[in-house]
Amino acid sequence: MAVKTYSAGVKDYRQTYWTPEYTPRDTDILAVFKVTPQPGVDREEAAAAVAAESSTGTWTTVWTDLLTDLDYYKGRAYKIEDVPGDDECFYAFIAYPIDLFEEGSVVNVFTSLVGNVFGFKAVRTLRLEDVRFPIAYVKTCGGPPHGIQVERDVMNKYGRPLLGCTIKPKLGLSAKNYGRAVYECLRGGLDFTKDDENVNSQPFMRWRQRFDFVMEAIDKAEQETGERKGHYLNVTAPTPEEMYKRAEYAKELGAPIIMHDYITGGFCANTGLANWCRENGMLLHIHRAMHAVMDRHPRHGIHFRVLAKILRLSGGDHLHTGTVVGKLEGDRAATLGWIDLLRDDYVKEDRSRGIFFDQDWGSMPGVFAVASGGIHVWHMPALVSIFGDDSVLQFGGGTLGHPWGNAAGATANRVALEACVQARNEGREIEKEGKEILTAAAQHSPELKVAMETWKEIKFEFDTVDKLDVQHR
Amino acid sequence: MSDIQSFKQSLKYETFSYLPQMTDEQIRQQIQYLVDQGWNPAVEHSEPENAFGSYWYMWKLPMFGEQSVDTILAEVEACKQENPGHLVRLIGYDNYAQCQGTSMLVHKG
Repeated sequence: MAVKTYSAGVKDYRQTYWTPEYTPRDTDILAVFKVTPQPGVDREEAAAAVAAESSTGTWTTVWTDLLTDLDYYKGRAYKIEDVPGDDECFYAFIAYPIDLFEEGSVVNVFTSLVGNVFGFKAVRTLRLEDVRFPIAYVKTCGGPPHGIQVERDVMNKYGRPLLGCTIKPKLGLSAKNYGRAVYECLRGGLDFTKDDENVNSQPFMRWRQRFDFVMEAIDKAEQETGERKGHYLNVTAPTPEEMYKRAEYAKELGAPIIMHDYITGGFCANTGLANWCRENGMLLHIHRAMHAVMDRHPRHGIHFRVLAKILRLSGGDHLHTGTVVGKLEGDRAATLGWIDLLRDDYVKEDRSRGIFFDQDWGSMPGVFAVASGGIHVWHMPALVSIFGDDSVLQFGGGTLGHPWGNAAGATANRVALEACVQARNEGREIEKEGKEILTAAAQHSPELKVAMETWKEIKFEFDTVDKLDVQHR
Repeated sequence: MSDIQSFKQSLKYETFSYLPQMTDEQIRQQIQYLVDQGWNPAVEHSEPENAFGSYWYMWKLPMFGEQSVDTILAEVEACKQENPGHLVRLIGYDNYAQCQGTSMLVHKG
């Protein structure tokens, strides 16, 4: 029986979208926003406004609302919580019915969730802190092309983190000189080298020549070391057509892994490329250029744990996560939280690590966490301890800056890594005993000894800008 | 320039091949770690020249459920004795991840 009648005009959002009595369903997509309302806007109205503007609502009632079952399709603000240590903000929890979203489309989900609402006048700032994807939705997404286990089998790397290095200088090398730098790193003991994110296909080095010389370097290093090697060939391109062309050529050459920037390249391109990688047996390394624009401000934007979930759903076998110890921003507990979200099958709610919801990934493969940026051999004990085995530790300057060159730098890192893993397995506290472990290992490795002398004094001791809101300050 | 050492290339065999040959005591500790992880131990060996492929020779069968470090170490030793000049690696099968939890070189041939 139809009971609703049309009445034009502006209604308070709370009348429709604030539903504290609602119990979220297992199939709902849940989101938690940190809301800083404009002065004079109360919490319930601000939360309801966010729910409305990120789902079915518009600013005024329209007659076509009555042609559908808005009560089913609407997003619902169902809970409000204080933000510890911040009286101006609050957390708004919002539930969205799964029918609002196209299957397998992080593009669609985030066009809704963080579309217009971030420019909405009733809120001063807004930050998407976490999203719970129901298993029903997870199952519609392709996810990582291969995942951690398959990559380990393909690359024959077990029982330790993998080692990588970004080739520097970032820009300006010719393809042949670039291949030299790759060869030296790989023969010295690294598993991977990497194109810098802004290496695409510039006038000084076009992509095709880069791919050719790099592949020669990989083949030679494999023959000489007897170990499997790869280089993340960056296929990020101006258009999807060009991206696929580069990916196809990498496959033709027999490259094991390619690379993409999922934020600047876009979620649409990334999901397509991940599907291509799955179909073509190609591993996929994902860089996150532009992430800090969205995830660094504590009151506005999208938290990185959400960006990490987007990537796991869209697809990638590696994702940069920050290092905790290097030159780039990253709180330890929060980092551990999003590393788990990348790698584990099931992650429990844990506010001490910034995780607001239980997240069930079902059988979706895991993503290697990549630690890269401003790290060197002295950081190795902490990195092994923080990141564990399912990670790629990438030393750029920390390999290439070795006084004896890339190969020696690579060996220094590999010896340090293996010494730390061995010590960890022996039950030693490697962060505490790091100095003794590395010093002992350096007795058998002049390369490590020189590296330890070179980087002894370098530290990055700036406070993080974005801290977890776990205690009152 | 005279301070710089020229790089010396040699064949390597993945995890722990950049460290000195482990002593029996060090191998024991690695075996203990593997058992503590709940993994199933296995021993593989290979001629150095055939070591690049995915498959080395399997020594008997994986020791499913074996908890004794002594027993596992004895199999490593037996494999070594019967295959002089071969590389020996110790594997920990993680049957939940359906992947090797570790595969480490314990004898350099």
